[in-house]
Amino acid sequence: MSENNHHLHHPQQNHFCPAETMSEDEEPSRPSPPPPEPGSKKTRNCAAVHPSPHSDRVLEIVLEHVLQFLTASRDRNAASLVSKSWYRTEALTRSDVFIGNCYSVSPARVTTRFPRVRSVVIKGRPRFADFNLMPQNWGGHFGPWVATMGKAYPLLERVYLKRMSLTDRDLCLLADSFTKFKELVLVCCEGFGTSGLTAVVSKCRQLRVLDLSDTEVSYDGVDWISYFPEGETCLESLIFDCVECPINFEALESLVARSPALKKLRLNREVSIGQLYRLMVSAPNLTHLGTGAFGHPEPQDPNNQEMDYAAAFSACKSLVCLSGFREVMPDYLPAIYSVCANLTSLNLSYANIDVEQFKSVICQCFKLQILWVLDSVYDEGLQAVAATCRDLRELRVFPLNAQEDVEGPVSEVGLQAISEGCPKLESILYFCQRMTNAAVIAMSNNCPDLVVFRLCIMGRHQPDHITGAPMDEGFGAIVMNCKKLTRLAISGLLTDRAFAYIGMYGKLVRTLSVAFAGDSDTGLKYVLEGCPKLQKLEIRDSPFGDAALVSGLHHYYNMRFLWMSTCQLSRQGCQEVAHALPRLSVELLSYEENEKMDDDTVDVLYMYRSLHGPRDDAPQFVTIL
Amino acid sequence: MEGSRKGAVDMLAGDELSLGLPGGDGAKLDFVRTGGKRGFSETEVDLKLDLNGKESSSVEKVRPADPAKPPPAKAQVVGWPPVRSYRKNVIANNNKNSSGQDQAGEKGGLSGATSSLTFVKVSMDGAPYLRKIELKMYKTYKELSDALGKMFGSFTTGNYEAHQGMIDFMNENKLKDLLNRSDYVSTYEDKDGDWMLVGDVPWEMFIASCKRLRIMKGSEAIGLAPRAMEKCKGRG
Repeated sequence: MSENNHHLHHPQQNHFCPAETMSEDEEPSRPSPPPPEPGSKKTRNCAAVHPSPHSDRVLEIVLEHVLQFLTASRDRNAASLVSKSWYRTEALTRSDVFIGNCYSVSPARVTTRFPRVRSVVIKGRPRFADFNLMPQNWGGHFGPWVATMGKAYPLLERVYLKRMSLTDRDLCLLADSFTKFKELVLVCCEGFGTSGLTAVVSKCRQLRVLDLSDTEVSYDGVDWISYFPEGETCLESLIFDCVECPINFEALESLVARSPALKKLRLNREVSIGQLYRLMVSAPNLTHLGTGAFGHPEPQDPNNQEMDYAAAFSACKSLVCLSGFREVMPDYLPAIYSVCANLTSLNLSYANIDVEQFKSVICQCFKLQILWVLDSVYDEGLQAVAATCRDLRELRVFPLNAQEDVEGPVSEVGLQAISEGCPKLESILYFCQRMTNAAVIAMSNNCPDLVVFRLCIMGRHQPDHITGAPMDEGFGAIVMNCKKLTRLAISGLLTDRAFAYIGMYGKLVRTLSVAFAGDSDTGLKYVLEGCPKLQKLEIRDSPFGDAALVSGLHHYYNMRFLWMSTCQLSRQGCQEVAHALPRLSVELLSYEENEKMDDDTVDVLYMYRSLHGPRDDAPQFVTIL
Repeated sequence: MEGSRKGAVDMLAGDELSLGLPGGDGAKLDFVRTGGKRGFSETEVDLKLDLNGKESSSVEKVRPADPAKPPPAKAQVVGWPPVRSYRKNVIANNNKNSSGQDQAGEKGGLSGATSSLTFVKVSMDGAPYLRKIELKMYKTYKELSDALGKMFGSFTTGNYEAHQGMIDFMNENKLKDLLNRSDYVSTYEDKDGDWMLVGDVPWEMFIASCKRLRIMKGSEAIGLAPRAMEKCKGRG
């Protein structure tokens, strides 16, 4: 129920699924069979009844070749379960590993099973940690992973981390261990500074992608941009729009000029519009641009008056994705008009512009597929979107004023308009102060392709503001009519009935976010019993207790995690679950950093399946049952 | 949970939030009986919640809030709405900039995702849990006072004097009178580590120096008064 990161493409996801691994026997591997004798001809049929070493090996070779075409995680997981031979071959040929929860499995286990990995995705902290619902330093450390992988995967090319903690030392070790390293993507990470970045950019000579979206980098005085090696670089993507560090502009300008392959550049707000101009002039082939501040040029730059920003944009014929506008001066907006017609993605979610300014831009963006805005565009702005952007697939409307009990500029009117104008909508995140069931039902009917529906009515327990009814029917219609729905976030006044609908119709739902909703344990029971695909469930401030918790015992091994904070759980209830499911790591977290929780109250329950057993890096406020 | 929820209903029955115990001593016992578990309806006192609608059939229509009476400001809850701090800070900073202030001087404002937030812990003597609030959500002492009152209202056995504004520290008698009248007063730990009475400095200064809040008995706070007065006099 909040923002996530702006990625047009997702990294390849090969799910490493501990649940499936757990069902296999832990047998020592067979010794490898001798190679086939020269001149022998064996067909597959020979292997059927009495497998000889030759045909075994032939089978494995054939399988290796075939499995290379298998990239989807679920296919690979399925293949690994066919037989021991398939398991082994699949393990040898898997090059992309996805670890949805860094504590579900130990690094050593991963490297032992998959010896030839080139790309790794690891996710750490639970998402609700983003909203200060638990103290910092919970965990999710990259250290143990880089230490193990550094030795096991010398040819590793790609690391994608989300919500992990890294230190400068980790980054140094990464840079030293992987000579062919190409892509570093850090999303919502923290713990390191510009020194760590320096190690990566200076040593990884084949670096193509450095993406620091929403990652916190502390400035420790080192000017990392100037440490890219001299001469041409392989850089294709450089994203640092959320890095709050000063930037050496001369170094940046020189870097851009010597990076002929650069296609994606997202600048932080330290880069002024004048500086942006110079960068654009030297890199007209950009496809993705984050404009930096886009505000007043620096007063001391004498060339300000003569800069033709519009021309600079016109020259970027390949530009399809535009973001930034971190400190936008709306007077400069018309400079982007010439590229609007080509844009498929536009992020104005940091730009506080008014309705008219927004409309003048959006009315030209008829190819737009992804749009992120602030609610300062009002319902009227959303109506303009609906009128122009017939191809819209993803919409996110963020609140300018993230509080309850204020006047909201967007409402059911905007949602209704979008549903009528954008029938291809697949993903929506909508913050508002008031909503009606009718508009939500309309969207469920008009947008059958919806995969992600996240509605955040900011006033807690807000009913339909016209009828006064709970929002049950609206969300019910969404799960009923949107047959492809996999992610749902609910809000407003909701009774157990809403959960009954979700349990009944939400058969494909994998991620569910709940806040201040429901009446009783029955609500949660509906969901745990009714949603077979549920993987990630995050709940806060809802009246669900131990009885509801134990009703999910049959399902928890199939889930990545369950988060419940400020609900009505007791320590005994959580203990019961921990005893019943030994492979579940049941963490009880306290809100306060230096205090273990009270005996009975449970601030936060965070539990997840794990082959690893209880982690040894848990801070003081975490109790593992 | 039924018992304690009913207690909350009684408390909310009137228009005014009375900080006396809901239903007399019974509700306090209720709390103890449930083993100290925080019922969500007790921790987040929410004047908009029409519990009548919830108690009966969930399908029944709920009475909409009376439009003539604007709802009182709610206590801001940690992590709600679910917008990441970084985003909140950037937008707040932009708002400031666009309202005509000098741009060049403002750039230093954001040095990290959490550094401009002022989450402070709030504890109350006798209450079994701590809360965290974001001070920047409030604009005046009154708003803060109201919010604290709601957060901890169910624990007060008596008078919680809501400060309407700054306390006049220069008048020692007035101060002592205030402390004697109130059963509970708000105090805070400032940047120097001293415990001061809330209300001694202008609001802006307060949120810049407040590190932690504690609601303590008035009788205990009297000990703070002389020190607070000294500090105030020192400031001039």
